[in-house]
Amino acid sequence: MTRRRPTWFRLLLPALALGAAARAQENADCLACHADRSLTASRGGKTVSLCVDEKKFAASVHGSVPCVGCHADLQGKELPHGAPLARVDCGACHEREQKEHAASLHGQAIARGDQLAPRCADCHGNHDIAPVHAASSAVAPQRVPWVCGKCHQEGSPVQRQRVIHEDHILENYSESIHGEALLKKGLTVAATCVSCHTAHTILRHTDPRSSINRKNIARTCTTCHSQIEAVHRKVIRGELWEKEANVLPACVDCHQPHKARKVFYDQGMADADCMKCHGNPSLRASRGGRSLFVNADELAHSTHAQTACSQCHSEVNASRVRPCETITKKVECSSCHAETGRQYLASTHGMLFAKKDPNAPGCTDCHGTHGVLRRKDPSSPIFPTNIPDLCARCHREGNKAAVRYTGSEHDIIERYQESIHGKGLLRSGLTVTATCTDCHTAHSILPMADTASSVNPRNVPSTCGRCHLGIEEMFNASVHVTRIGKTDRRLPVCNDCHTAHTIRRADTEGFKLTIMAQCGKCHEEIAKTYFDTYHGKVSQLGYTKTAKCYDCHGAHDIRAIGDPKSHLSRENVVATCQKCHPGATRRFAGYLTHATHHDPQKYPFLFYTFWGMTGLLVGTFVVGGVHTLLWLPRALQMRRARKVPAPPREEES
Amino acid sequence: MSHESGRAAQSARAGIGREERQYLRFSRLNRVLHVVMIVSFMSLALTGMTLKFSYTSWASILSRVLGGFETAGYIHRMAAVSMVVIFGLHISDLFRRRKKEFGTWKAMLTGPDTMLPTKKDLRDFIGSMKWFVGAGPRPRYGRWTYWEKFDYFAVFWGICVIGSTGLILWFPELFTLVLPGWVINVATIIHSDEALLAVGFIFTVHFFNTHLRPEKFPMDIVVFTGRMPVEEFREDKPAEYDILAASGRLEEHLVEPYPPIVIRAIRAFGWTALCTGFAIVVWIIYAMVFAYR
Repeated sequence: MTRRRPTWFRLLLPALALGAAARAQENADCLACHADRSLTASRGGKTVSLCVDEKKFAASVHGSVPCVGCHADLQGKELPHGAPLARVDCGACHEREQKEHAASLHGQAIARGDQLAPRCADCHGNHDIAPVHAASSAVAPQRVPWVCGKCHQEGSPVQRQRVIHEDHILENYSESIHGEALLKKGLTVAATCVSCHTAHTILRHTDPRSSINRKNIARTCTTCHSQIEAVHRKVIRGELWEKEANVLPACVDCHQPHKARKVFYDQGMADADCMKCHGNPSLRASRGGRSLFVNADELAHSTHAQTACSQCHSEVNASRVRPCETITKKVECSSCHAETGRQYLASTHGMLFAKKDPNAPGCTDCHGTHGVLRRKDPSSPIFPTNIPDLCARCHREGNKAAVRYTGSEHDIIERYQESIHGKGLLRSGLTVTATCTDCHTAHSILPMADTASSVNPRNVPSTCGRCHLGIEEMFNASVHVTRIGKTDRRLPVCNDCHTAHTIRRADTEGFKLTIMAQCGKCHEEIAKTYFDTYHGKVSQLGYTKTAKCYDCHGAHDIRAIGDPKSHLSRENVVATCQKCHPGATRRFAGYLTHATHHDPQKYPFLFYTFWGMTGLLVGTFVVGGVHTLLWLPRALQMRRARKVPAPPREEES
Repeated sequence: MSHESGRAAQSARAGIGREERQYLRFSRLNRVLHVVMIVSFMSLALTGMTLKFSYTSWASILSRVLGGFETAGYIHRMAAVSMVVIFGLHISDLFRRRKKEFGTWKAMLTGPDTMLPTKKDLRDFIGSMKWFVGAGPRPRYGRWTYWEKFDYFAVFWGICVIGSTGLILWFPELFTLVLPGWVINVATIIHSDEALLAVGFIFTVHFFNTHLRPEKFPMDIVVFTGRMPVEEFREDKPAEYDILAASGRLEEHLVEPYPPIVIRAIRAFGWTALCTGFAIVVWIIYAMVFAYR
């Protein structure tokens, strides 16, 4: 606490006094004149007493200090001295306090020559300065409000002639929880003016060094309210008050200075004050002419119904006729929604917003303004069934986000609507179905290439796994995860087979048929050999009732053939065949499902059979073809010969 | 050949407008078997080729026209069964004829009308080669020429090879009780390539030898009617004609020709078969040359 002077200071005072006494004139010499109560002088046209009450002085903290210890210009001078004396320099002893004061508003005013500016003696007195904690001290806690109030009360010259933003300071303070405790209940530890403003370093609240600057106010308040974060945890992460004070509301935004009460909302900046103007439907901004009308009914039904205007529009100043004229910034939602705000700023949307990109969506573009509704409210734009339309505002082909997009996903809205998720959500009304935000997240939207993105290949399985947990578990044990599959090529994740926005039911014909091409993208050779077998050929004709990749290898639980848990391991392969061929035996499982007749080392039987058959074909066709071709000219000749004697032939037959 | 004269020649061979009796070359059973065989063979070819050339767009269209791969599979197996039944009926017919017409196998298999290759066939082949290059006259072919005998035995070979491998593919679970699994792969290759050989050979060489050679163009319907004009018979199979004429039993083999409406129906069927065959050949060439991956 700033009121408490360190112990060393109190010990130092007598020592200083003794040192000075050795050389100086005796106090009695001074009191010879100044004990006279009638001793006066004229200062600036006013008559002031020059009397020093010896008793009071002796009882003061400076009682043992000789007069010349303070009135240093009398040192070694003849008495009685000429008038007037130089002003006492307290800083000769109280160096630190002097410096602080000089830098403060008060000190600056003195430097400017402001006659109303307080000096040390204006608060502390002169010859009768009592120890700070003595009840008789002019700056004892319970007196502080009056000390400050001398100048800072309604009607005083300071309040009338100088720019002081707060009004009724003393009255308000005395009615506040602090003032009531101090003045009515005599609780001397209650905050007084100096608890917040400090005793000597009084600075304007806009000065970053000020104890009441937004940046510092939390530290100032927490001097006493040390556990305050715990009370406010629901809305604000406590440590942010100090770390990101520029973003968060300061204590005084809610608990207005000088009026702090347990319940403040009904006082001060009440919504009704705002609605006096903003309830008018024709209210428009003088610049730009946008409507400034606030629909009270809409607000009353919003999720912020219990939030005061000034909690969001935090720069209002209740001392103004138009309290909102001091507003310089837009509403900062992250004041309360700190975590969400942090996510947003790290997202593509937030980064564009930070760059002041005109296309960047802010909070209100998705959530609305005064009518903001909960996610669970069906009329909210962020209700699951409304999300595709919400995102489509920018991401539909041709709209502002889509035209900037350079990736490979197109017609995403239409494709999503036709996908299993889209149909589930929009046709079946299944609100737990994945919408845009389930995969892309609501606030941490990042491009696929960003490793922190929920749709980055590294994160896709866990993103899908949020709903499809069982599948993710199987997938994570398969060869298609980097932990298991050893390859330089990029391993597939969910969307490589299922696509991103066109996801179909896995049991539809179309999906079953495309999946072979999907596997074949990487497993080129093995897919080719598959198409050489009966299974492959029937699939290629467009029929699904035959073994496809996943029928034998599994879909998400594909494991290496050597893995005992593989569908194709020695233990399981016969059972796998038996799914379609009930009579399958181990010999039957020896069928080469990926046979090729182009590999004499691996499949000599097939190789030589194929080339044997090819030889037979070529041989037969060559012999037959040559025979036929040789025959052709003779046959033509015969035909001509038969045709020439046409009439007799007619007769004959 | 002008259009008009071509039609005149056709009508002359078909006996339209004439009541002249014709030489009966094929028995009723053989004619029926050939028709059934054409139907069965075409079915086998169409349904089988859809699988073999599944990578062409034609294959998937055809497969759907045929009622899907499963229906196509049933058609293929039923046609295969018909083919085997035809084969069986022909063999039993041989037994019947041996008993009725020849008495002994020797008499049947060594006579002038035998289907077995003979020295005369070798002579005819060499003679044909000479004739083709202009070094001799046209050989005096008998009832069955060497190329007809080749076609005949090709069917025996084909039915054995394609039939046996087809059975393996039909009942893989049964066959792998004894045989290793890769036999199914081998059977697939043999079945498919032998079928390609059969289809390719029938629809090119056989079609040319029988129908497209200029003197028979566009088709020879003797295998459906069983009848051919005597003059054509004399010209085509001189050796057989000579024997019959010498024995004076030619008259026994002459029958009334079919009425024009029957001939028209037969020609319609013939055209259908020919066109189907050619379409398949075009498809095969397209699949193997242009669409092969």
